[in-house]
Order: sequence, then structure tokens, then C-alpha cells
Amino acid sequence: MARFIFRRLVLAVVTLWLVISAAFFLIRAAPGGPFDGERRLPPAIEKNLLASYHLDEPLLAQYWRYLRMVTRGDLGPSFKQKDFTVNELIAAGLPISLGIGITAFLFALLVGTSIGTFAALQHNTFQDRFLSGLATLGLAFPPLIVGPVLVLVFAVGLAWFPAGGHASVKHYVLPTIALSLPYIAAFARLSRVGCLEALDLPHVTTARSKGLSRRRLVFHHVLPSAFVPVLSYSGPAAAALLAGSMVVEEVFSLPGLGRYFVQGAINRDYTLVMGTVLVYAVLVLALNLLVDFLYGQLDPRVRSEMVASSD
Amino acid sequence: MRPGHRTSFVCILLLAVALVLGPWLSPWEQEHIDYDALDTPPSLTHWFGTDGSGRDLLVRTMAGGQVSLTIALLATFVSFAIGLPWGVIAGYAGGRVDQVMMRIVDGLYGLPFIFLVILLVVFFGRNPYLLFIAIGAVSWLDLARIVRGQTLVVKNAMYIEAARALGVPAPWIVTRHVVPNIMGPALVYATLTIPGVIIAESFISFLGLGIQEPRTSWGVLIADGATRLHAPWQLIFPATFLSVTLLVLNVAGDQLRDAINPQEQGLRL
Repeated sequence: MARFIFRRLVLAVVTLWLVISAAFFLIRAAPGGPFDGERRLPPAIEKNLLASYHLDEPLLAQYWRYLRMVTRGDLGPSFKQKDFTVNELIAAGLPISLGIGITAFLFALLVGTSIGTFAALQHNTFQDRFLSGLATLGLAFPPLIVGPVLVLVFAVGLAWFPAGGHASVKHYVLPTIALSLPYIAAFARLSRVGCLEALDLPHVTTARSKGLSRRRLVFHHVLPSAFVPVLSYSGPAAAALLAGSMVVEEVFSLPGLGRYFVQGAINRDYTLVMGTVLVYAVLVLALNLLVDFLYGQLDPRVRSEMVASSD
Repeated sequence: MRPGHRTSFVCILLLAVALVLGPWLSPWEQEHIDYDALDTPPSLTHWFGTDGSGRDLLVRTMAGGQVSLTIALLATFVSFAIGLPWGVIAGYAGGRVDQVMMRIVDGLYGLPFIFLVILLVVFFGRNPYLLFIAIGAVSWLDLARIVRGQTLVVKNAMYIEAARALGVPAPWIVTRHVVPNIMGPALVYATLTIPGVIIAESFISFLGLGIQEPRTSWGVLIADGATRLHAPWQLIFPATFLSVTLLVLNVAGDQLRDAINPQEQGLRL
């Protein structure tokens, strides 16, 4: 088991390095630079600027310099937000993005799987068809539609919630709903199918024929099997949720990581782009590791594979 | 095809016809500015109203839809062009090749791809239409898995064994016998990627990184509408069109999938 985790960690570090390298060379190859403005800078000043950020060195030398910096935990100074280091900007933005991201994810997981399980247990009734239809409908509402519409209805129209900002808990209600809606739908569909398949499994039939109570049957025998597809979708869902948080942060003017990334990409703020990509990649990779670990907890076959592969 | 199934395909057809004919039938030009009608609500002259610069919203919504759907189709084609060979080769070769290729797919699954897509779009710079390459290049993973699974099934069929026994070389078997026989399911799953690809395009354009003014797409229109909430029709019309499109494509995709997997019918809805 320990060796399995160790191998996954090594793989994660290699993946991280690949992501950093791809991001580094892509943003450097993009046309334009951080100091291209409306007005051209006098050549002497531009030269000094480039030298002070080491942008005059060969690209490979800069790449090594950046990698060395990152291993020390230093993400460098922001090129555009002159008084801030990237570390400071991320420290400010990460809690906001993580806050809406984690809340939306848990909310979607809880509501989605409850709906899915409930629908599956009433298979082929009106409730089942209604909820499944609703779930299909939910997939057609990505955050970039739901966000602005929620602002229009609940902030501009009804004035129940603020349209933007991050001063209180109330400010986070609309962004969280906007972000979680399509995932509620996706989790509902997955858990419904998972449950229906689990209900037909031999061990569930045995448990039922032994006269187990419905509650024990569902919670101890059906749900653990039914959750495997839900869990395997969790990794990609979390990655997509992070992407969705970019839109949500834009719509609700939340100064989170996503906005820094988008601004950085537009302004060619090289270090800021690299820093945000790095943090996002670490988050996603950590989450995938967690999902793989939980897999083993849910499915004994995977656990024995983990033990076997570490020999 | 069951009668219930016909509805979603008729909807898709109607939508496509509307997007193509709408701008053509309307008296307004896409970039024509009507100075007498800035920010006007829907009326008989401008059915969907106008935007802040007095451009007809109906024409812009249809033109934006054309751009969104074109990019989506091209991106799906790119993902098909990568995913099909990847899955077929992995499935047919089997053994170590298969393991390595599918491990790569597994690894790519967990990556925060949208960031690399955005960086690719930034890299393409002035040509936002190349967006479809970036989106397609990261949307082929599901397809590769499905195609590999189908290949594994077909691979053990009698006619493949017969071809192999006759000494037909592997590339010939793959292109002449395997690919034609998995084409049906592969195409179905390729259509299933279309909604996701549409969302990706509108997402990137929404952030101001994709399609740029004066060109437009649904993402651009929704982004504009979201900042002009005093004129809600500027948000409602493009948002409705995008949602309806996603809905009918999802429903049609589900139905196609059920049609090729009858044993799973009723499990999904």
C-alpha cells in the first residue's frame, strides 16, 4: 500500500513538471509580452525592465531559473501587479476559489446523489421519470448561463442576494448554486444508473432474500457499489468545477484564482499565469490521488490490486 | 427510430435551419448599427431587440450560433481524428502497447485541461477560429476509451480470425475490417462530445479569450448580456438558444446511445 502511494506520488510530480513545462513554453510562445502597452517604452527603460526580470536571458536559462525558484516555493513577482508577488496574490485568491469550489462540489455531490438514489429506488414511477428529466435538463445549464441569469433574477430583480463581491456568506450563495447546478445533474444521473445496476447484483438479492430492512439494504449493500461510477467521475468533475469557477468569479466579481489566471493570460503576466496553473494542477492531482485511495475503500477488488501492484 | 426519438432530431434540424436562414431572411445586417434603436426591447422591427450599439439581436444570435456550432463540429472532428486511431491501435495491438496508451489516457483525464486550452488559444493569438484545434485536442479521451472497447469486441470476431488466417497484413485488417465495423458506435459517441465542446467554446469566448468583436458567438453574446442587465433580453435570447441547443443535443445523444446499447435502455433517461 505504501509503495502504491509512493509510486502515485512520483507519477504526480512528473505530471506536474509536464504541465508546468507545457504552460511555460506555451505562454512564452504567445505573441506579445508583459510590457507591451499602448505606448512603446523608451528602449533603455525596456532593456532595464527586461533585465530586472531576467527576460533578456535565453529561454532555456529562464526555464531552469523558474524551475529552481518553484522548488524553493517561490513563484516570483507579478509582472503587472507591481507591488505583489505571485505567492501573495495566490494566498489572497485561493481561499475564495477553494471556498466556492469545495462548497459547490459537496453540495452537488450531496443533492445529486440523493436525487439519483431516490429516483432509482422508485424506478419507472412518475417520480423517477420527473427527476431524471430534470437531471437531463440540468445538464443544459452551464455556469455561464446560470450565473448571469441568477444575478438577473435574484440580485437585480428580487434583490434577495448581492450581485457581486465577497463580504459575507450571503455573497457566496448565488456563485455556489451557479457552479454546482450542472454537477448536481451529472451526479444524479450517474448515481441513478449506479443504483439501478447495484440493485440487480447477486449480493444485494441475497441480502434482500435474507429479509434485511430496506434502510440497511440501501446503505450497506446498494450504495457502496452504486458510488463507484460517481467516484470515478469526481476527479474530472472537480477539474471541470475549477474551470467553471473562472466564469463564476468573472460573473460575481470575486477576486479568486480563476480571475488572476484569465487576467494573467490576457496581460501576458507570465509568472502569474504559471503560478495559477501550478496551483490548479496541484489541486487536481491531489484530488485524483484522493479519489484513487477512496476507490480502494469502496471496492475491495481495487484494494487487492493496489496491494498486488506494490509487490 | 421510435416516434419519441423523432422529436429531438426534428428540433436539431429546425435549429440548424433557423441559424442558417435567420440572418438571410432578416432585413438587418449582422454589423448594421441602427442609431434610432440603441438598447431597444423586442419589437416588431427588431424581434429580439437590439444591443447597446443598436445591432439587431436576432441576427447576431443566429450568426453567433453559426460560429458556435461550426467550431463545435470542427472540434468534434479533430477529437474524432485523434480518438479513433488511438483507440483502434491500443485495442488491436493489445498487450504492452495497449497498456501504455491507455495509461496515457488515464493520466490525461485528471489534468486541468481547460488551462492548457486557454494557453493554446492565447498562443494562437490573432486567429480565434483555431480555437477548435485546441478544444478538439483535449476532447478525444472518452472516444478513445469507447473505440478501444469496441475494437476489443470486434477483434475476436470470426471474420477477423479468418482474415488473419489468410495472412492479411495487420494494417489492412484494421482499416478494412475493424474500423468499418466500429464506425457506428464511434460516430454515436462522437456526437455525444458535441455538447461539451459547445460549452468549452462559449466558456472561452465568455472569458474574452475566444471569438472577438465584431465577430460573435453565443459565449460572447452571453458575456455582453451579463454586463448589461438593464436590458435583460440581451442575455435571455442567446442564453435560451444555447440552453435549448445543449438540451436537444443531450437528449438526442442519450437516445442514440440507448439505440446502440439496448440492454442499457431504461437505465439512462
